[in-house]
Amino acid sequence: MQADVKTRAIQLLEEGQVDRVLGWKAGEFFYDLTPAVFTSPQQVEREFVWSSFSGPNLSKYLIAETRKPGKIAAFLKPCDTYSFQQLRKEHRLQADRVYVVAVQCPGMCDPDKVQAAAPGPISLRKEGDGFLVQTLYGEKRLTRQAALEEGCLTCKTKKMAYFDELIGQDGQDGDGSRFDQVHRLEAMTPEERFAFWQGELSRCIRCNACRNVCPACSCEKCVFDNPASGVENKAAANRFEENLFHIIRAFHVAGRCTDCGECSRVCPQHIPLHLLNRKLIEDMNRLYGPYQAGGDLEAKAPLTDFRYDDPEPDGGGRRGGAQ
Amino acid sequence: MGRIGVFVCWCGSNIAATVDVKAVAETLGREPGVVYAADYQYMCSEAGQNLLVQAIGQYKLTGVVICSCSPRMHEATFRKAAARAGLNPYLVEIANIREQCSWIHKDRQVATEKAIILGRAAIAKVQLNAPLTAGQSPVTKRALVIGGGIAGIQTALDIAEAGFPVDIVEKEPTIGGKMAQIDKTFPTLDCAACILTPKMVDAAQNENIDILAYAQVEKVEGFVGNFTVTIRHKARYVDPAKCTGCGLCTEKCPQKRVPNAFNLGLDNRRAIYIPFAQAVPKIATIDPAYCTKLNTGKCGVCAKVCTAGAIDYQQTDRLEQRQYGAIVAATGFQPISLEKFGEYAYQQSPDVVTSLEFERLMNAAGPTGGTLLRPSDGKHPHTLVFVQCVGSRCQGDGRGKTYCSKICCMYTAKHAMLCREKYPDTEVYVFYIDVRTPGKNFDEFYRRAVEEYGVHYIKGQVGKVVPQNGVLKVQASDLLENRQLHIDADMVILATAMEPDPTARALATQLTASMDTNDFFTEAHPKLRPVESPTAGVFLSGACQGPKDIPDTVAQAGAAAAKVIGLLVKDHLTCNPCVAKPDELMCNGCSACAQVCPYGAITYVDKDFRGPNRTTLRRRVAQVNPAVCQGCGACTVTCPSGAMDLLGFSNRQILAEVDAICK
Amino acid sequence: MQVNFTPTIVAFCCNWCSYAGADLSGTNRLQYPANVKIIRIPCSCRLNPMFILRAFQRGADGVILCGCHPGDCHYTTGNYYARRRMTLLFSLLDYLGIERERTRVEWISAAEGAKFAATMAEFTETIRALGENRRLEDLRCKQM
Repeated sequence: MQADVKTRAIQLLEEGQVDRVLGWKAGEFFYDLTPAVFTSPQQVEREFVWSSFSGPNLSKYLIAETRKPGKIAAFLKPCDTYSFQQLRKEHRLQADRVYVVAVQCPGMCDPDKVQAAAPGPISLRKEGDGFLVQTLYGEKRLTRQAALEEGCLTCKTKKMAYFDELIGQDGQDGDGSRFDQVHRLEAMTPEERFAFWQGELSRCIRCNACRNVCPACSCEKCVFDNPASGVENKAAANRFEENLFHIIRAFHVAGRCTDCGECSRVCPQHIPLHLLNRKLIEDMNRLYGPYQAGGDLEAKAPLTDFRYDDPEPDGGGRRGGAQ
Repeated sequence: MGRIGVFVCWCGSNIAATVDVKAVAETLGREPGVVYAADYQYMCSEAGQNLLVQAIGQYKLTGVVICSCSPRMHEATFRKAAARAGLNPYLVEIANIREQCSWIHKDRQVATEKAIILGRAAIAKVQLNAPLTAGQSPVTKRALVIGGGIAGIQTALDIAEAGFPVDIVEKEPTIGGKMAQIDKTFPTLDCAACILTPKMVDAAQNENIDILAYAQVEKVEGFVGNFTVTIRHKARYVDPAKCTGCGLCTEKCPQKRVPNAFNLGLDNRRAIYIPFAQAVPKIATIDPAYCTKLNTGKCGVCAKVCTAGAIDYQQTDRLEQRQYGAIVAATGFQPISLEKFGEYAYQQSPDVVTSLEFERLMNAAGPTGGTLLRPSDGKHPHTLVFVQCVGSRCQGDGRGKTYCSKICCMYTAKHAMLCREKYPDTEVYVFYIDVRTPGKNFDEFYRRAVEEYGVHYIKGQVGKVVPQNGVLKVQASDLLENRQLHIDADMVILATAMEPDPTARALATQLTASMDTNDFFTEAHPKLRPVESPTAGVFLSGACQGPKDIPDTVAQAGAAAAKVIGLLVKDHLTCNPCVAKPDELMCNGCSACAQVCPYGAITYVDKDFRGPNRTTLRRRVAQVNPAVCQGCGACTVTCPSGAMDLLGFSNRQILAEVDAICK
Repeated sequence: MQVNFTPTIVAFCCNWCSYAGADLSGTNRLQYPANVKIIRIPCSCRLNPMFILRAFQRGADGVILCGCHPGDCHYTTGNYYARRRMTLLFSLLDYLGIERERTRVEWISAAEGAKFAATMAEFTETIRALGENRRLEDLRCKQM
């Protein structure tokens, strides 16, 4: 697959079909891939990498990239295509300047998990259902469970929301197991839930990585940086923003979050932020009917829509007055 | 920090008896930013207002807090007083310490403490108040009425009488609507045509009224006072300026097998036609679906016989733009389709008819010349069964409507009565769920049908109608006698539910007017603003708002006209300044706000902004039309970046109040 | 548990119905606890979830939103949007372990002065029983 993806990137540039290619390149180590824009076939040949660590969702980069002249090819995994479509729906990018090459995804590895399970990794390749890691200290076999990103273990879908070209086969929606953890939390007592979140969110260092990576957090200026919002302060003078940052953020992306899981993937403190978003997605699906952000460009998002007999907010599932 | 003045009103003893007004004034006077604090017996009195005016001048106040009764009471009073003193009226805030404090608390200390907190919240808010100016927008002094039935005609006549030009857009070749098809009217039994056609003529002759028949609204842009409407004039293939309405073409046209829509398909007309004798405008129209010339190129008889040379086979639809200040929806109703009601055998037997078809069968200008004849064999019917609530008051089976169509009880009584009067040899049965007769002289009318005309009213429902050997076997239940009935009927007449005209939905979208689940237009307030749509400048007339009889329709038509006149007499409209305002630098152009705006006040434009490194960046940003925005604030919460804020109730203002209260 | 705990309650009221309903309960001298403080908003759909969170952050013990009954919104559809927003917000707060009872939505018309007073009295009692709000204030300050 690595060869297919890379060859295609080179072809697209050589044939002049696109001016730039958005993909991944290796960092210092083979497992820390970063998003990158390539402008020449030679550069692709040299630096482009598609591997089990091509986790970063490239969609958000297209906001800035499509403001530049020329056409860009973007390599998107199934979940990334939803972010792309959602950004398109919100008029945040110029879709006619993008050539979407969708790449089917076998699930991406979590560098931290791999390092923890196989210290000193040098290379990794798929072997059967798991992975074979070469380390400084020898070979090590890892199961899927031990190597994959949390988000990939409960894959949302392998079905593409959009593509101009597809590498690999189009897939199916996931089995819904992505909500299992939400259900486990819901089953706890309020005290247990509070303790859980207090423990998780207390670790937040407000590095803003979640916000910066989130394709739904694509505002020209974030509400937390907006003096007119009344919540713009950053310093401890106003604890409000820091404490409730994640609640407000989850609410702001409600109905727009495609559940790509980037927030949790990039969090240096390993806070499971996606569980906030998934809770909202689960609620919206249950209360207002199934909705996948970025799925249908014409569908109205749950928070910009209503029904006369929506349930009342008291939580008892009481149906509202029918107009 | 501003220079705030605080005025604590005693409201006689209403406030002062429970709240220590002196202490409140003293405490609030020490709040940061407050440069003047006073208490007074009656702030709303002339002397109280003068105190306010003087203090604004003397202390150069930049904001005012009045601790008094509810802002719903005297906010306007104090705003005007501030304006007299040269202070922007929107720099006044009210702390409601009467309704929300002194009147509901007995303990003086508790009430005083609460009054201070409420005062603090108002001070915190007023510090952030911005001077607002109500904008003005001009008014185009012309109205558009969509629909030329009795509702539209009446509304247009009333507006025209007041001296304003008004256009009627009617999709059919003639105005008149459903009332033109009706034979007699309840409860007086006067002939519908005799009272409608003079009004149609009045409308045609009124120099303020322009009738645009055979036309449709294509597009609506703009807002209250300034609508631009694109109207499609459908091709008649007849030059209206030349056609004299002589009708010769409609007699000579060789295409005779065109179902006559005006008679609901009970007889045929020609491919070129004038719907009925009193049509307004009286101009022939070619039906392009049936015209041989238009379809095959051969024929041209109408052009040959037309001495005026009015026939024009080359005519095409024409689009025209017109400007209006107000729009009235008067799109009316239609009977529902009976497809899903197979038990009544409407599709199987021509002798099962809807009530509107029955009107045509009784009408002197109808297909039978007013003699009641069975459609199947042209014989005189002896037993007639009327079924009420066909498709009305249906409970959730998805076949009909849940609402009551309101007029069926009365017209069925009318039909039954007319039958018995004209043909005393007939037996007339009416099956009903309830007979509903709220209306002037309505119940008396119904009782006459039962008592004087001997109509058999049976409480119960018809289960099945089976056409068999030339009779209709009606199987029904009599709920009062608790027995099954079998009647051999010659005709069955179905009181078919009314539903909004199918064009209404598309029109509502164009007007950004809201509709209920049944596609009836929603009124701005169900009790207090029944003829206005929530969209400013759009008014509702007749059955497009809900089922109505003729008197109700005419009353509502007049009321809608009065509202239109009230709008058109103004040269300018003053806008509510507390409207949504986007910060373009922060707007993403994501369209979320427009999706929740009930008024269609938000549009998007591409604008150039300064990008990094001296580049120019073209971005899509939201624009709010302050003349259309009503200031609900739905958009402000939907906006992910907080770019959209509401003037007068801004995020910072409300948060300042929250902070002051929770401190 | 504190003795003589006086909760702080913020009531956001729609200008067209509940605010007038509150006025009516005043006009009718119907008492309700003084710890309820009303903030006037043009429509229930103006209530940004941020306002609720801020109130809790700053020490409110309960927050209630009062709007027009569904179908009666002055702006026709505002309360329908508010209903969805609040349903989701309350569910999210519950998920974070914040007592669900601290937040509430009531539809109160301009004619329902008695309902306004009764609702406020009852809500105050609920909050009094729950005690002081600590969770939203202290979410990030884990106790060691």
